[in-house]
Amino acid sequence: MANNTVPTKVKERVNWPITILLMIGTLTVLFPLYMAVVIAFKDPSEMTNDIAGILSLPATWSLDNFIEAIQVTDFFHSFLNSLIITVVAVVVSILIHSLAAYAIGRNMDKKKLFKGSYYFIVAGMYVPFAILMMPLVKQTAMMHLDNMVGVMILYVVFYMPMNMMLYTGYLRNIPTALEEAARVDGASTWTTYWKVIFPLMKPMHATVAVITGLAVWNDVMTPLVIMGGSGVNTLPLAQMNFQTAFATNYNLAFASYLLAMLPMIIFYIVAQKQIIGGVTNGAVK
Amino acid sequence: MANLATSKAGSDRNRTFLMILIPVLVLFVAFNTIPLLTGFFYSFTNSKGYGPFEIIGLQNYIDLFQDARVGNSYLFTFKLAVVSTILVNVLSLILAIGLSSKIKFKSALRGLYFVPRILGALVVGYVFTYFFTYIVPAVTGTDSILASADWAWIGIVVVLVWQACAQTTIIYITGLSSVPEDVYEAGSLDGATGWNKFRYLTFPLIMPSITTNMVLVMKDMLMVFDQIVAMTGGGPANSTESISYLIYENGLNNSQFGFQCANAVLFFILIAVVSIAQTKFLNSKEEQL
Repeated sequence: MANNTVPTKVKERVNWPITILLMIGTLTVLFPLYMAVVIAFKDPSEMTNDIAGILSLPATWSLDNFIEAIQVTDFFHSFLNSLIITVVAVVVSILIHSLAAYAIGRNMDKKKLFKGSYYFIVAGMYVPFAILMMPLVKQTAMMHLDNMVGVMILYVVFYMPMNMMLYTGYLRNIPTALEEAARVDGASTWTTYWKVIFPLMKPMHATVAVITGLAVWNDVMTPLVIMGGSGVNTLPLAQMNFQTAFATNYNLAFASYLLAMLPMIIFYIVAQKQIIGGVTNGAVK
Repeated sequence: MANLATSKAGSDRNRTFLMILIPVLVLFVAFNTIPLLTGFFYSFTNSKGYGPFEIIGLQNYIDLFQDARVGNSYLFTFKLAVVSTILVNVLSLILAIGLSSKIKFKSALRGLYFVPRILGALVVGYVFTYFFTYIVPAVTGTDSILASADWAWIGIVVVLVWQACAQTTIIYITGLSSVPEDVYEAGSLDGATGWNKFRYLTFPLIMPSITTNMVLVMKDMLMVFDQIVAMTGGGPANSTESISYLIYENGLNNSQFGFQCANAVLFFILIAVVSIAQTKFLNSKEEQL
């Protein structure tokens, strides 16, 4: 089959019709973003009721809407809160979930307690937030966790089932010989984990970071029910409050939407490969 | 002596594992199992979410099946989930086949089509609300579909599909890339082209991706919440009230705590049944290969 060169040559030719169709298709992705950009930069007086008035390029590219949106939505505070919640949730998830998966994964074939724990935790994937939400509102209030700390704890618990499955699956491919060698050298199980196993799971840490990070950063429901109305906002919560209060100034609203999307877009431009890889790994495994 | 040392090391190892497992289990039980059981308990009460309440047995469950608003939310959520899941998978598969062929700017195009996945559903919902309220009516001269009880759900489908296609496409691309080249070469020798090549060669080989995507998308769609908050708030006339939204709205804001807990229990069972059924289906399909 190797000397059959004809199909190989056919394959090398660029398929221009498909390329062009796909390029036209990207308009479906780009158009809403284009709309957001032009409206965000426009002065309200430029907005007429016809399409041209809405979609034409702004007369001057003014940052006024953005400056006002930053003040009205208290952008930097919400941004900082979202960042703290996301970073803490991701880092703690990586540390705790991988460690728990190590304890469970290395024992579940021999010990019922660990095997049972595995299925007990992974079954949590089938529990929708809707059923936990109402009791959790009461419970977190009672425990004085109706704040950012509570939200971070909840994320660590909510993403445990998924991450547990990912990490235990990955651990199966790491031979126990490495740990045994470390043990013979006198290292404790604890030290062996952090020195030998944890670094080996780096690809899975990246996957977990991407999936957990994206989900936490964009989540609305958890902060809404746990700390909604407390005056402390995440980025999506700030958008929601803004929407109820100032929905009629669309130029201001779109500036605010763009600001909310911007951190993730910048992050995506920087780490596109890792993000796509992480999302794919997490879904396929 | 040697034996003693090994067993000592072994028990140290076991102690470490237990000391890891126990706190993690406690954390999980405290913030997942206990609220789940509490919710289950409240589903048998007439609690408003505050003040005293009584245990009323199965009354909430009986009422659930007679409540028109609850019934509507299930019909709406399923209609939305089934239509979106099919659309997402068909469109994503087409897109993935396109993005897997010999095209120019391949990585740039793949990168662009993935963008919707990283954006927050709430803000995307706001942007599309504007699109449906001002842009579409200006072109067609009709009223906004979001203001129509009959058509508002279409607007939500559009947003759901727009966002969900990104991840689904990438999973299909991965699936397609795992189809070995020589399968196609052997197939083309047998004269398989175009639709036949897809139907008899590609399709069976990417079955695992198809079922993965079906399960993932369906589960996400059944839990739809953000888009409803952003676009319709359940309206007009409660026509776009998803199950999650109804539980949130009436359970937390309108004093139906006990009743919506029962609704949530029903919803939980449903999600579990759908997911397990789909996973079973997935496994049986994979065994065939």
